[in-house]
Amino acid sequence: MRVSAIDRPRIAVFALFGLLALVPVYSGLFDQPFYLTLFARVMIFALAAVSLDLVLGFGGMVSFGHAAYLGVGAYAVGILAYHGVDSVPIRWGVAILASAAVALFIGAVSLRTSGMYFIMITLAFAQMLFYLAVSLKAYGGDDGLPIARRGTIGPIDLNNGTQLYYLILILLAATLTLAHRVVGSRFGRALEGAKWNERRAIALGIAPYRYRLVAFVISGTVCGLAGALLATLTSFVSPSYMAWTRSGEVIVMVVLGGMATLTGPIIGAVVLLVLEEILATLTIHWMLILGPILILVVLFARRGLWGWIAGDRHG
Amino acid sequence: MDPVLLLVQALNGLQLGVMLFLLAAGLTLVFGIMNLVNLAHGSLYMVGAYLMAAFQGWTGSFVAALLLAVPATLLVGVAVELIVLRRLYDRDHLDQVLGTFGLILFFNELVRVIWGPAALFVAMPSALSGTVALLPGAPYPVYRLVIIGAGLLVAAFLSWLVTQTRTGMLIRAGASNPIMVAALGVDIRLLFTLVFGLGAALAGLAGALAAPLLSVESAMGDGVLILTFVVIVIGGIGSIRGAFVAAVLVGIVDTVGRAFLPILLREIFNRQVANAAGPALASMLIYLLMAAILAFRPRGLFGARG
Repeated sequence: MRVSAIDRPRIAVFALFGLLALVPVYSGLFDQPFYLTLFARVMIFALAAVSLDLVLGFGGMVSFGHAAYLGVGAYAVGILAYHGVDSVPIRWGVAILASAAVALFIGAVSLRTSGMYFIMITLAFAQMLFYLAVSLKAYGGDDGLPIARRGTIGPIDLNNGTQLYYLILILLAATLTLAHRVVGSRFGRALEGAKWNERRAIALGIAPYRYRLVAFVISGTVCGLAGALLATLTSFVSPSYMAWTRSGEVIVMVVLGGMATLTGPIIGAVVLLVLEEILATLTIHWMLILGPILILVVLFARRGLWGWIAGDRHG
Repeated sequence: MDPVLLLVQALNGLQLGVMLFLLAAGLTLVFGIMNLVNLAHGSLYMVGAYLMAAFQGWTGSFVAALLLAVPATLLVGVAVELIVLRRLYDRDHLDQVLGTFGLILFFNELVRVIWGPAALFVAMPSALSGTVALLPGAPYPVYRLVIIGAGLLVAAFLSWLVTQTRTGMLIRAGASNPIMVAALGVDIRLLFTLVFGLGAALAGLAGALAAPLLSVESAMGDGVLILTFVVIVIGGIGSIRGAFVAAVLVGIVDTVGRAFLPILLREIFNRQVANAAGPALASMLIYLLMAAILAFRPRGLFGARG
């Protein structure tokens, strides 16, 4: 039976989340805890990629500094843990507020520019925070900062890999749902309208700057949550979370999966990180293969993987 | 503040600035004319340094290695332009960022495959390895002065090339309206390849000259690439004059800031605070400078394009 084009995206999303939900079962059955950690990391980066898609895909803002919010979220958790704050809601709450505040500041300055300058100024701010983290000798500097305990939320024990995994999965699903709501709202339409035709948006009484800034802050906040999750998963924070190549990787996930599709970036994160793992088992020089693959994707597969999966309608 | 130390640090800053100018000049031309964001420019710098090390090992001579490394980097640049970048000119910035990001991964790994993971070292020519007394009691390495001199020569050459020659006229015309230039019968693709080759040669020169001062290793171009971007964004994209002013500004602010900011903070705050905040603030200084300049002049100091 042929599946109609309208159902395909929905089926694909359910299949994706169904498979992700089965990972702990597989890793438990075959005693492969490695897969549990790998896919937990994949989902955290998927969260970061979805957050970037809001500004990159829907807002047309090429932020080359999203690793900064990962880092801010991660360091908030790390620093609080270092000072003996064991409450996870406080740790994650502070991470979210801190990344929102940083995104508000960076967005307010960066959005005054556009095009090439915007790419570069977001990159510069991320580098600034990177060097700040390197110079924080009290919190490990270059070597990073280990986190003693992951902590608990109510009945959920985050030290248990499976429980943490499902919590991340739920947060990813919730974020995706919320992001769809945001994109479908008047706010989301205005944001996307300003991307396609700024002058027309202004003529319609929409001030693009404000819409973009709000989107930027939402995006930075979600990415900060991803950073808090990453610090919790790895029980470790280091400046390398904010390396500029990390920002590049998240952009790759969004474009590989398909811009302005929200689900696409999740698939992009899965494919990129799993591909990295596979290539790394084949050869230590796996970047020699990954680099040209990226170039080929850019040259020949512009619409991203989601375009294939969901059919033309969502291209 | 010790004036001799200030002079030495200012010269170090000028040397860094001149180095950055060699990279920024090519990058800003490629930006301005082809409208291409080339993240792989830092890779050409790295390739220049590696080729310098390889040719020095082969010929045993610094000058011969330099004379071989620069044209070889030019050829690598032209090959990259013909194979990959040419297809990215009419794409948006995002595609260019991604495609050239792929090139960085490729080149960083390629040098590891060819020359191994360990860092290489390039010997300074013995005639230039000494110091010269600028002021009584202020010795300064000759080699760094040579780099400053070479950079200023290149700046003068570029200024002559762009403002006084027919090629320069075409470059400027191509920067303001490439379609019109093509319509007037100029082979714009050839012009693009030439400009890219020139930029690659300058990046290779920077890498080859910097090689004796640094260890030659994979990903050595990444950090300097970001500094170069800061330079061309401050200077204004497409402007060689802007690149020069901004390169010297960034070089001096960064070097002098790192040397004196911690000392300055120690005068104001207590020792503990100053020791913690000084290095942090110093390493953030140029990014703060860039953010401040862009906040007031969103197109940089000399820029016209967006």
